[in-house]
Amino acid sequence: MSDPVAANPAPLDSRAPVPQAGGPVAIEVENLKKAFRIPTHRVDSFKERIVKPFAPREYRELKALDGISFDVRRGEFFGIVGRNGSGKSTLLKILASIYRADAGKIRMAGRLAPFIELGVGFNVELTARENVVLNGVMMGLTPRETRERLDSVIEFAELGEFADLKLKNYSSGMLVRLAFSVMMQADADVLLIDEVLAVGDASFQQKCADAFHEMKSAGKTIVLVTHEMATVEEYCHRAMLVADGKIRQIGDPAETGREYMKLNFEKGVETGGETASLTGADGARLLDCWLEDGAGQRVTTLEQGERIRLRAELEVEREAAGLTVGFVIANADGLGLFEFGVEVEDADGSATLAAGRRVKVSAEVENPLASGRHFVHCGIQSHRGGEVSLYSHNAADFVIFGGAPSKGIVALEHEVEAVVEAEGAQ
Amino acid sequence: MSAPETTMELREVRGPSALGGGRRRFLDLLWLMSVTEFKRVYFGTVLGYLWSLIRPLMLFGVLLFVFTQIFKVGSENVEHYPVFLLLGIVLFTFFQESSTNAVTSVVSQEGVVRKTQFPRLVIPLATVLTGAFNFCLNLVIVFVFIFAFGVEPTWTWLLFPIALALLFVFTAAVSMALSVLYVRFRDIAIIWTVVAQVLFYATPILYPVDFKEGGDFEHLLMVNPLAVIFEQVRIWILAEPEAPSIVQAAGGWLGLLPATVIFLAVCAFGAWIFNRDAPRIAEEL
Repeated sequence: MSDPVAANPAPLDSRAPVPQAGGPVAIEVENLKKAFRIPTHRVDSFKERIVKPFAPREYRELKALDGISFDVRRGEFFGIVGRNGSGKSTLLKILASIYRADAGKIRMAGRLAPFIELGVGFNVELTARENVVLNGVMMGLTPRETRERLDSVIEFAELGEFADLKLKNYSSGMLVRLAFSVMMQADADVLLIDEVLAVGDASFQQKCADAFHEMKSAGKTIVLVTHEMATVEEYCHRAMLVADGKIRQIGDPAETGREYMKLNFEKGVETGGETASLTGADGARLLDCWLEDGAGQRVTTLEQGERIRLRAELEVEREAAGLTVGFVIANADGLGLFEFGVEVEDADGSATLAAGRRVKVSAEVENPLASGRHFVHCGIQSHRGGEVSLYSHNAADFVIFGGAPSKGIVALEHEVEAVVEAEGAQ
Repeated sequence: MSAPETTMELREVRGPSALGGGRRRFLDLLWLMSVTEFKRVYFGTVLGYLWSLIRPLMLFGVLLFVFTQIFKVGSENVEHYPVFLLLGIVLFTFFQESSTNAVTSVVSQEGVVRKTQFPRLVIPLATVLTGAFNFCLNLVIVFVFIFAFGVEPTWTWLLFPIALALLFVFTAAVSMALSVLYVRFRDIAIIWTVVAQVLFYATPILYPVDFKEGGDFEHLLMVNPLAVIFEQVRIWILAEPEAPSIVQAAGGWLGLLPATVIFLAVCAFGAWIFNRDAPRIAEEL
């Protein structure tokens, strides 16, 4: 691989044939476990050991990986995603022989080049040239082989004039470029990559993207850890979602991506539970307001386009002559997008509700919302056209995920066509 | 893919270790790291290598003055006291500098340790090897002195490398132990400064082993493995007829036993503790 960029005019649709399920295995991971012992009180000096030799050393066990098993086929581009602290980086570090697993087995075919975080373990006191040579030898090349590659590495990183500068004087962008080009030149069979794509200017990013496509079509086995679902969906044949040290989902990248988005908002979203319970002037009380999925489970996230199923519960404390319940869906800027409502009738069909009645409201609305956080405001009017006796601001909120980022507030179904007219045609 | 098909078989990944990853790669890496570090020090400052020479020479000048003009310890007991003193200082500088640099070596290479996979043992050993390069340069100065003071070359000079090898092994073992212990106990840095200072006086550098009449002091001194090595160097290089052999100084062959045991114990401890801690260094940092 002399110059990966020039060699390849970036085939943009790079869904190279997926390595066959029965193909040779490049990485085999079996029931991998790793726990970190986090001392609640760190003993860092002899004095503490000597003064309190029998003081119980308290540890909190953090299970970073809890029984992970998977295979990666040769030539496969395999993505690992997960939230911060899910254990994905630990997994990569164990694969790269930087950490030792507590239990489990890893087998790997061919030479491995790990690229963990930015900088692939450079020594900032040394120049770029020295670091590249050192790194090559660490990766298992001979010093001669490394020196032969030196020039192309520096050139790919576009750092020709800075090759003899100590890395401590480099900008972070330059460091990343150097790290990335070292990786590109490693010529290993298996590459482990942790979050290196997000940096560098646009032209270098394009260069990286091209290089990835090149590696992919060269049949290298690549394991990529990232937060970026777009990257996963663009490059990976398969992806794995790790959550709490376990495999949550493995397989199709798009599906894994959806699962990941769901997971991302599942915990992060707080509902306005308390604000929902309000009593209006006419005695009607909003007890609860929430969203459901198709199976009747409460949710706080909706995929773009998934119908909004809104539920609310109210109680009438005093007899009320006619109630109208209305909802407004507003976006994060507080802009009301649309509203809908219903007139409540008592069981016998009369408009007057007896005291103590409970009312369940359920609405199903189509969902044209763009991704982002949205709020539900709920209002109750004592009789039609009358004053709003109760208005619950942010009775519930939810997040729309998926879909392309949009400048609009709604995402509508569309068909766009562009026709280029042939010259001279009438 | 250029890799031959044989390397594409599944092999078990055992995680980080002290050694491992092939002997050739280990040696390449060790050599490269030592040379790079040596060059860095050599070219990093204005006076470069001179600094590593000036320090032992300054010490030498001061001690020479004190022990020949004020205390007269040296001049009365050793034929070529200045050479004896300089040789001792240069040997000890190697031991002290290498081990002191080794203490923080693993921690200061944190970036490399936490992000790449390579035999961990390379780090402290590279520090010792860098020290050895310095030592070789300093040795040139020592030999200039040796000839200037008219010490006759003898065939025993050929045995000098044996003593150096022993010193190297001892220094490496101490460095290995210190470098991993420092990861968990930061006090080691301070403790080691003090211990090294004590060792300097407990080794016959300023004074010959036999400067005091009566054997008890000599015997006690010979418990220190460094003292045994230094004394043997004196015999081999300076070839003084009246200098006691290490067996005499220790009061018989049995007297050498403690030093031998300590030497082996330190080596075993260094190897054991480094090997034990190496797999988890990256996590402890």
